[in-house]
Amino acid sequence: MIASFSPGLILIVGGLLIPLFRGRARQLFMLALPVLGAAQLLGLSNGLHGQIEIFDYTLTFVRADRLSFVFGLIFLIASFYNTIYSLHENDTMQQVAAPIYAGAAIGAVYAGDLITLFIFWEITAVSSVFLIWARRTAKAYAVGMRYLIIQVGSGVILLAGIILRTQETGSIAFEHIGTTDLAGWLILIAFGIKAAFPFLHNWLQDAYPEATVTGTVVLSAFTTKLAVYVLARGFAGTELLIYVGAVMTAFPVFFAVIENDLRRVLAFSLNNQVGFMVAGIGVGTSLALNGAVAHAFVHIIYKSLLFMSMGAVLHRVGTIKASELGGLYRSMPITTVFCIIGAASITAFPLFSGYIAKSLTLSATAEGGYVVAWLILVFASAGVLEHSGIKIPYFAFFAHDSGKRCQEAPGNMLIAMAIAAFLSVAIGVYPDMLYAILPFPVDYQPYTVSHVLSQLQLLLFAMLAFAILVRTGLYPKEIPSTNLNTDWIYRKALPVLLLWLGNAVEAMRRGAAARAQRRLERFILQVYRHHGPAGIMARTWQTGHTVLWVALLLGAYLLVYFL
Amino acid sequence: MSTPRDERDRDGGQTPWLYRRRTINGLFWALAGLCLLLVLADFVYPRYGTFAFEEFPAAYGIFGFVAFVFIVFAGIGLRKLIMRDEDYYDR
Repeated sequence: MIASFSPGLILIVGGLLIPLFRGRARQLFMLALPVLGAAQLLGLSNGLHGQIEIFDYTLTFVRADRLSFVFGLIFLIASFYNTIYSLHENDTMQQVAAPIYAGAAIGAVYAGDLITLFIFWEITAVSSVFLIWARRTAKAYAVGMRYLIIQVGSGVILLAGIILRTQETGSIAFEHIGTTDLAGWLILIAFGIKAAFPFLHNWLQDAYPEATVTGTVVLSAFTTKLAVYVLARGFAGTELLIYVGAVMTAFPVFFAVIENDLRRVLAFSLNNQVGFMVAGIGVGTSLALNGAVAHAFVHIIYKSLLFMSMGAVLHRVGTIKASELGGLYRSMPITTVFCIIGAASITAFPLFSGYIAKSLTLSATAEGGYVVAWLILVFASAGVLEHSGIKIPYFAFFAHDSGKRCQEAPGNMLIAMAIAAFLSVAIGVYPDMLYAILPFPVDYQPYTVSHVLSQLQLLLFAMLAFAILVRTGLYPKEIPSTNLNTDWIYRKALPVLLLWLGNAVEAMRRGAAARAQRRLERFILQVYRHHGPAGIMARTWQTGHTVLWVALLLGAYLLVYFL
Repeated sequence: MSTPRDERDRDGGQTPWLYRRRTINGLFWALAGLCLLLVLADFVYPRYGTFAFEEFPAAYGIFGFVAFVFIVFAGIGLRKLIMRDEDYYDR
């Protein structure tokens, strides 16, 4: 490569040029962008490149090392099959936004300093919202605004943290940060918002399911995994993260059980999966960090696969509500198979990609002696099986036959799903392919008899539990509903509170105005009484009276003078 | 070859293979059989876990089963707390 610029730049600049092309040329150009990006990525030698001096600081646009390489590579792979998946669409807004968003995420991954990181961090926020707005409904507009406010908010908190940190340390380098001071905490919160930490999470379930068919697939890959990357870079070994991660894996599973919108179920599932990565980062050993990174890598692929299969259903049937679906395996058999491969991967069945990644994190958590966290992670693994392994394929393609019949997914969608499905199986069967590029050397054997049998036992018994619950009629029905979450605070409670406050202020204002008016009226009445036509001041006096008063006054004056 | 034709005769060929009671029962018992085999395997290949309780036979199976049932029932409970009409936010 001639110049050592960020591979993300190719996608950002390329994205801006897309409107110049039409038809087949545009499609080829869009597909070329991630390929060119990959060529640039593979050509970069490890080290710092593209440094610019601004004032007293050195901006580093490219810091290439093993950690940035894995994330850069998977972002480009995802960008490639996402482009194929959306080839049937001709929406310039999304076609421009998607590569810029992916490019910004890659730019952030390669950022060697906090200011460069901040710039790309904000570009991901602003570019991604167009994938939601592209649905062009009033609801999508409102959701997009909420999403944007939270994403940009995360950027503002990040900036505050960066400024504080730069003042304290005099350096803008993006290395290990830790939670030793306020700056560290602010940066952690900013990262935590994008990673969807508990209570900071609901933008994800709110926004992702409301994006377009292809937009949701794109969204699912980048923002949260960028957060995983920056956490791994800045907060590895922060013990708090073990428990934050454990809570993240556990609580979304309960919400996923009762959620009717299957893309929202997958959003809860995304939250749960990122929890495993966050916990691994908290453990912080080389095995655990390898686990978190490997998990992020395979997760992007199988989560895209699941979102793509649900997107195909939404595209063909027009709904993604579990209560309206079922029996689609006859109409969409190939999509069904791909969905099941995604489901097997996310539930970590042996020979599928989730298994070889999650095993690293679980082993590292156990070896670290974090019994409670480990138990929660194993519990959450059964939860993953519930919502992503069973619920998604079962309610869309099997369950009760909804009677809906449709065409199989479009060819380009099938190709994109085939790529993701192939990678999910290939990495599961040949884990060394992935292990070879992880940040630390891997000395781990996922396929031991003991380990495989344990995992199969966990999963098959959980499946048995599902079968028994369905056969006995105890498994809850899918109900068209809205389930409250933390977004209730700003979507319902705050507006009601503000309305109440507004009304109270208005009532006070009216009361004050009425009192002021009464006082004014009384004052005018007084003035009228004295100065009005019948007032004492308006009375006309006869000349005789005046002469008498003058004589009296003169008399009084003389009297005073002689005294 | 006679069985599928008999099935077709009984339901007039309307019910697809996967929705027939016979298939569903077959799948269920196959799954139950697999689970049983996995428990038996624990006695043949003792597990080496980091924690002592992992080595208990069928430990993972019991944990998976109980966890699954707990998640589902907790979900049903959660519905009572947070479920609202579909147009809750639009009103």
